[in-house]
Amino acid sequence: MTPLHVSAFTLTNALGAGQASTLDALRQEKSGLRPCDLSEASLETWIGRVDGVEDVRLPATLRDFDCRNHRLALLALEQDGFMDAVAATVARVGAARVALFLGTSTSGIGETEAAYRQLGADGRLPDSFHFHQTHNLFALSEFCRRVLGLRGPASTISTACSSSAKVFAMAWRHIEAGLCDAAVVGGVDSLCLTTLYGFRSLELVSRQPCRPWDKDRDGISIGEAAGFALLTRADSGEPALSLMGYGETSDAYHMSAPHPEGAGAALAIRRALDRAGLTADAIDYVNLHGTSTPANDAAEDKAVLSVLGPNVRCSSTKGATGHTLGAAGITEAAICCLSIQHGLVPASIGTRQIDPELKLRIVRQAESRPVRFALTNSLGFGGSNSSLIFGVPA
Amino acid sequence: MSAIFVSGIAIAAPGLNDWQLAMPVLRGERAYEPTPLGPLAPALLPANERRRMTTTIKLAVQVAQDALPAQDAVDELHCVFVSGMGDCDITDKVCRALAQPERPVSPTHFHNSVHNAPAGYFAIATRSQAPSLSIAADQASFAAGLLEAATQVAAEKAAVLLVAYDTLPPEPIRAKSGLTADFGTALLLTPQPLASARHRLELELESGAEPDRLTDPALEQLRLSNPMARSLPLLAALAGDRGGRVRLPYLDDLTVRIELQPC
Repeated sequence: MTPLHVSAFTLTNALGAGQASTLDALRQEKSGLRPCDLSEASLETWIGRVDGVEDVRLPATLRDFDCRNHRLALLALEQDGFMDAVAATVARVGAARVALFLGTSTSGIGETEAAYRQLGADGRLPDSFHFHQTHNLFALSEFCRRVLGLRGPASTISTACSSSAKVFAMAWRHIEAGLCDAAVVGGVDSLCLTTLYGFRSLELVSRQPCRPWDKDRDGISIGEAAGFALLTRADSGEPALSLMGYGETSDAYHMSAPHPEGAGAALAIRRALDRAGLTADAIDYVNLHGTSTPANDAAEDKAVLSVLGPNVRCSSTKGATGHTLGAAGITEAAICCLSIQHGLVPASIGTRQIDPELKLRIVRQAESRPVRFALTNSLGFGGSNSSLIFGVPA
Repeated sequence: MSAIFVSGIAIAAPGLNDWQLAMPVLRGERAYEPTPLGPLAPALLPANERRRMTTTIKLAVQVAQDALPAQDAVDELHCVFVSGMGDCDITDKVCRALAQPERPVSPTHFHNSVHNAPAGYFAIATRSQAPSLSIAADQASFAAGLLEAATQVAAEKAAVLLVAYDTLPPEPIRAKSGLTADFGTALLLTPQPLASARHRLELELESGAEPDRLTDPALEQLRLSNPMARSLPLLAALAGDRGGRVRLPYLDDLTVRIELQPC
């Protein structure tokens, strides 16, 4: 496929706001996880919480959009000169020619949770609750569209934990079909009771910081994050950081358990390689989905091994950020971009003793070495698989 | 964008229970009577699982299966599921549980709470590993789904099943939702015409044009009752055997202009 330039990107998660916070933490192998201290939640678990979200104030004209998810979105948009980069693209191609595709799993559902705690005697939700501006899945896209002044095509993608990976494919198709010249893609998911207690009900939450690929791994640590990328047509001819390929498949197996052999995930990786026109040995680093549940890591180990073999360097960075659900795709896409730009292979933070049943080459200490092509997997509930390849074409 | 073919159509809405019943109404040959949509029992879902599924999942799977051609004419069928509101029955159950001191969220409700639950059940039922997307764009949802499906046909040369559905939320969410009716529709869009194809479409984005309305007041009321019912001017054109031009509302002053030609 024709690569798309990643003209700008930014990420905010438990490691901090902006590229430098995540890059420094990955270099120093630091984790951003902490014991659960979210008000209203009394769970024995660790979370990846972003400091300062509560203090963010939305513009007065967007007051009805106020919720944790949009505060986190705004905090992230303000990092790394991202809004300036978008403004420059809007000035170049026009606001109607810049699309916006954002992923989220729960949007601003925290507002609905709170509204249900305040149900009146008549069973009605409070007047102060703005469903369409907060909880509705499109609220995130509408909010960011207004903040960025975009007037092109837009959608929210919600395919659980692959949401903000699939946005890249959607942007590529819209640009390829001529509906826009550039696209802002990304994802935002914020901590809420629905996911904390929901994953607990499925017995998928660890009581300790998550340990991907560890022999004693026993579940996820839920995190919150926001990230954005600006994708533009690669018309300059100069080698630049690019989306090289994507692959999307369905497991068609089970709603909340992965295919045991990782068949759908393996097919997604193969399709991403095919679109990028690369062979397996071209991949220098794999950022695994690596949620740290026994079944997920075992299935992904088989999937990656079957396509890329045992030698490629792999790590899961969820021990640092937590599993940021609908924001995991963009977070880990941005980590791949940092890896390529700074020649860094991040370690699998939190992993202590590798499960002898798992065969991939898990990076235990951060390595400084050139990374030309990096691949990231995002695998979600409902069997929604996505693989992305980033790199610098010749 | 390159031309696409409509190779299958389904609908499930009040007074328009399936496409065969809907066609004469949409052509203006029979009066529209908005009788409520009856119970749904899509045969694709196993009977024992069907009982535990929400109306939203059943509506999505019903129109999805009804738009498929009689024979397996498509090797790899991409899916685009679109819903402006998602599954509010599940949202209501989860939020009621979270408002209790012990927060007894049901694991089944939680895994059905993901926006791609209908897509997941449909993939399992059809044993399809093909790409599947689940999106939302509130009131602009039908046009957003149609554009995404059309870009997959154009850019990936794929056959794409567009599944568009929204159900009436339960109270207290209903009062906040603006929805007053259920509405589901599905279109099988293909890069080449299947035997079942009757129309080819060309889609373009336009700024500043007025979206089409329906002349029948009862049908126009239905069009405004649900984000997916914004599809009705297109469905009315597809119910006839002539060409024409349809404009559907998208975001702000954007519309999707659709040129139809019989084939």
